[in-house]
Parts: sequence; structure tokens; C-alpha cells
Amino acid sequence: MSTAIHLAFREIWRNRGRFLLFSMVVALITVLVLFIAALGEGLGSGNREYLEKLNADLIVYQDTARLTIPSSRVDCTKRAEIGRVEGVRDVGSIGFASVSIPMGDGDEPLDVSLIGVEPGKPGEPPVVRGAGLVRRGANEAIVDRTVAVMADLAVGDQLVIRSTQGNEDELYALQVIGISDSRKYGLRSSVFVPIVTWDEIRPKPVAGPGAEDPACNVVAVQLDDPAQLEPMRQLLQARVARIEAVDRQTAYESTPGYTEQQSTLTTQNTFALLIGVLVIGGFFQIQTLQKVPQIGMLKAIGTPNGTIAAAAITQIVIVTLVGVAIGSLAAFGLSLSFPANIPIVFEPRSGAMAVVSLLLIGPIGGLASIRYSLRVEPLVALGLGT
Amino acid sequence: MTLALETRAVVKKYPAGAGTVTAVDEVSFSLQRGEFVALVGPSGSGKTTMLAMLATLLRPTSGEIIIDGQDLTSMSQAERTRFRRRRIGFTFQANNLVSYLTGLENVELMLRLNGELNAAGRKRARELLVLLGMEERMRALPRQLSGGQQQRVAIARSLINQPSLVLADEPTASLDTERAFQVVETLANLVHEQDRAGIMVTHDLRMVEFADRIIHMLDGRVERTITPQDDLVCLADPAACTVIPMDTLGFEGAGMAEPAG
Repeated sequence: MSTAIHLAFREIWRNRGRFLLFSMVVALITVLVLFIAALGEGLGSGNREYLEKLNADLIVYQDTARLTIPSSRVDCTKRAEIGRVEGVRDVGSIGFASVSIPMGDGDEPLDVSLIGVEPGKPGEPPVVRGAGLVRRGANEAIVDRTVAVMADLAVGDQLVIRSTQGNEDELYALQVIGISDSRKYGLRSSVFVPIVTWDEIRPKPVAGPGAEDPACNVVAVQLDDPAQLEPMRQLLQARVARIEAVDRQTAYESTPGYTEQQSTLTTQNTFALLIGVLVIGGFFQIQTLQKVPQIGMLKAIGTPNGTIAAAAITQIVIVTLVGVAIGSLAAFGLSLSFPANIPIVFEPRSGAMAVVSLLLIGPIGGLASIRYSLRVEPLVALGLGT
Repeated sequence: MTLALETRAVVKKYPAGAGTVTAVDEVSFSLQRGEFVALVGPSGSGKTTMLAMLATLLRPTSGEIIIDGQDLTSMSQAERTRFRRRRIGFTFQANNLVSYLTGLENVELMLRLNGELNAAGRKRARELLVLLGMEERMRALPRQLSGGQQQRVAIARSLINQPSLVLADEPTASLDTERAFQVVETLANLVHEQDRAGIMVTHDLRMVEFADRIIHMLDGRVERTITPQDDLVCLADPAACTVIPMDTLGFEGAGMAEPAG
């Protein structure tokens, strides 16, 4: 074992209470950073999941809607025009609405997104159990996994939807024919129905039956060649009047509040990491100041600067590693106790990025103390320096 | 006798305001192997600066310092650090030990630094600590040791690499009388027995009886070189002293001190 590692480990072991306490501070920062990242992922995912997973290359809006789904109306004529543009393989109308599922036993109803899709067309999610939608206007539904879990639904069960029509709440019975993976939209789990059924159920100012060919909010477009995204986007806008076509990422980033929400969480995370840098830097700087005479003595007996720096770096890395490991485990353990309706999602990529950032803040925070150690004069051991 | 150390017209000047202050002025002396010398003088006489230059921690402004035939003044920083690690043993006034290493680990640290921590080295470290009466306490941390025990560990560390030159800066400053005598006597004996050259800076009159010579510094110069045998009587009885003005020696409470033994 090298002298630096020997010194670093011995100091940690013989002062393990102090170093563990500091690792716990790092662990708390880790929990904070991971939870903010998970919350960001959960909120972001809750807003974008359906659009992100959509089996379409482009999403077409009404041009005056400024990419706001509730404000957008695309009628059947436009849908047909879009479908006729060369290079378009398939299109599907999609409508969005908010309804609830009564839970019974006095429990709070489960708010869900009611998404109208064309059976077998872009927009309908693949099922993991049961079958897909087939009949236009049928009282059938695909529910995503979260709805199935929270409303305790299985394929073949009856699902009751409550929707406001005029001033009255109306109940609609649907049969669950399939279950998809999680497909949240607008921070709510989703129920998919044929677009005609959707038009009948969706909340309306005046109660009444749905239209035969209802106007939808957006049209999902599959291309023959997904690599031609930008040229096709421009071609669609040139060929079909009063539409705006965008890719999926632009679509979900344009969801109201999405960008602001993600920016807020990113800022919070950045500040948490900065606090981490300052806390770790402060701890090691105070420790170095306390050890100045000892560092001077070590240099006076011939310990090279490289050994002193390597020992300091080793300690910083160990303290940070232990803290991040404890914090990650604690965050994971805590997340298991959270109810399913809290949007906390530990996504491997964002979690790994948070952990890497946390592992980097240790050495960055400790740089000042390492620099200070290297500048300690060995003469302090003789009382000739400060 | 082999020459271990020689200083030739060593000068150390420090910048002070617009001019300079001369801390050490044309100091020349030499030391043989097996010789233990006390470096004495009042505060500001230049003895600690001299010790720092001998330890390669400070470069002289001019002059030469030769240890084992090697001129330290021409060495680079890295060479001086390596030389210090291998050829010089050091005992300080305080903060002598690494607080989180046991006595044995503190001694072994020097072997580690020189890449010589093998079975033979470990055995030598234990034997040295036993020789210094630390067999029961060698696995204790510094905070669990008395001041005297800490200094004995420091002496063991200063000797473990079999250095040519052993330097001690006020090694008894924080010790009571009994422990101070034990520590200096042990240091002097080991320097003699192991054929090292030793220099001890001290303010304590009683400790010079263990030195073969006393180099008396005043205002940065070697005022005189004396032997304890010649001058302890004089130091103890100012009225009988016709050779050395006592107040120039820099000893604490010299007029009241009794020569030991």
C-alpha cells in the first residue's frame, strides 16, 4: 500500500466518527440531489410520457394553437389532406380530455387523461395484456398500467368514467379490453378509447352525443422514412394549410409549464450541487487548517508534496464515495415508501448523472484544501513559518 | 573519527522592509560522527535558523553546508527533500508525531517514505522502541502517550533510517525535569552508540551536560565553543565564572539552575 493511501486510510479509521459524520452530510446532499432529479424525472415523465412514446414521427397542430394541445383543433378534412402527402405512411387523430374514475368506498376519484385515438392508427398504444382497439365508437378502453393498478382493473373488467356534461356529472361504462405500459399525459395516467367514443365522453359545455367525425386536437403522423423528419415537416406545412408540424420532443417540451418546471428543478439541483461543493470544500479546508503544524512536520521529515496531495485526494474520494453510496441507498429505500401517485421516478440515466455529479463535487470542493496543504511550509514545524 | 557535518561561512539574510536582516552570519563549524553537540544562545541568536538550514529546510544566502561529503546548497528542492528523508533525523519541540498513527506506525512511516518497510525494517523499528522503553506503549496513539513517551517515539523515528545527522529542536521544552533528562540522555547515548552526529538546540542549561560540545551563538555568529566539563561550574555559579557572561547564553533561569548529576 502506498504511503499516501496508508496515511489516508489510517486517518479516516482513527477518526472514523468525524469522517462518518461528514459522509452522512454528503449522504443527505445525495438524497436531496437524487430526489430532486427523481422528482424532475417524475414530473417530466408525467407530462411527456405519452407523447415521448408515441408511435409517430411528427405531431400536427392547428397553426394558431402555438403548440398547445388543448387549444388545437384539427378536423377530418385536414387529417385526410395530411394523409395524402407523399412520404406519409399513416396518420391518426388524437383527442385529449380530463375525466375521473370513481373509486367507491368514499375514496377520492382517480383523475385520468382520456385520450381518443383511431383504432389501429398512430396514437393507439401497444398493449402488454389483452387486445387493441378495433371498433370505431365502441365502449371499449385500453388503460395504462398505473390506472390498472390504482383502480384495480384487469382485462374484461368494467370501467366507469365520470365526465362533466353541461352542469351535470355523467357516468359512462366502458369495457377494459387491453392494458398498456405507463403512458401518462398531463401528470395523469391515461385511458384510451376510440376517438368517436372520446368525443361522446369528453366534458362538453352542453350535453349531447359525439360527432360522427369529431375534430381532434392533434394528428399523429408516421413517415415512410423517419430520417426525413425536417424535410417532411416543412413539406406538410407547405401542402396543408393552417397547420404546424413538430417532432415528439418539441411537442412535449411545448406542453404548458413543462420547460419552466424542468428549468426550476434543474436550478434546484444545480444549487444543491453547489452547496455540496461548498460544504465538502469547507470541511476539508477546516480540517487542513487544523492540521497545518502536522503537515509542516510531515514535510520537514521528508514527505513529498505528492504524497500529501495524494493522501488528501484519497480521503476526499473515500468520504464522497461512502456518502454517495449511503445517500443513494437511503434515497432508494425512501422511494419505496412513497405512494404511487407521487411523481418520483428513479430513472437510471438521470440517477447516474446525479451520482457522477456528486462524485465530482468532492474533489472539486476539496481542491482548495489540497492547494493549501501543498503550500504549507515545513518550517512551521520549527516555528519559523505560519 | 569521521567528519559528518561541516559548515563553511554560512550566511542567512532575510528581507526586512527596504533592507535585510542577517540571521546567521559567517558560521563555520564541524561535527564528527559519534559527537553530540548542544547549540545554545538567546532568542534571536540564529540557532533555529541554523538548524533549519542544516535540515535542508532553508537555503543559506551564502556559504556551504556539507553532510557526508555532499554540499546541500547545490541541491534542488526535490533532492533536498530526498536527502532529508534518508540522511537526516529530526525531533521537534512539539507536533512531533502524526496524530492518527500509533507510536510504531510513526516510526515505520520513515521506512515507508523510503520504500524500506520490510520485515527487517519492522523488526528494527520495534527494537528501537524497546530500546527506548516503549515496548508496552508502541501501539498507543500519540494522544494516549505522555509528553516524554511522545518524544521517545520521535527520537526512534529520527534514528530509524540510520541517518548521518540527527537534529533536535528543543526536544525537552514540554517535558518535566525527570522526563527531560531521560529523553536527552537517551538521545545522546544513541547518537554515541550508533555513531551518528547529533545537534540539539536547547534553552535548558541542565541538558547540556549530555553534550560533547556546546556551540554558543550570539547575534547570528558562533560566539564560542565550549565543553560542559569546563563550564558547568561556571554556569552554575555565576560568581565563579570568569569565562562566559551567563546572560548571553540564553538559558532559562540559568543563575538558579543546579548542574545535574
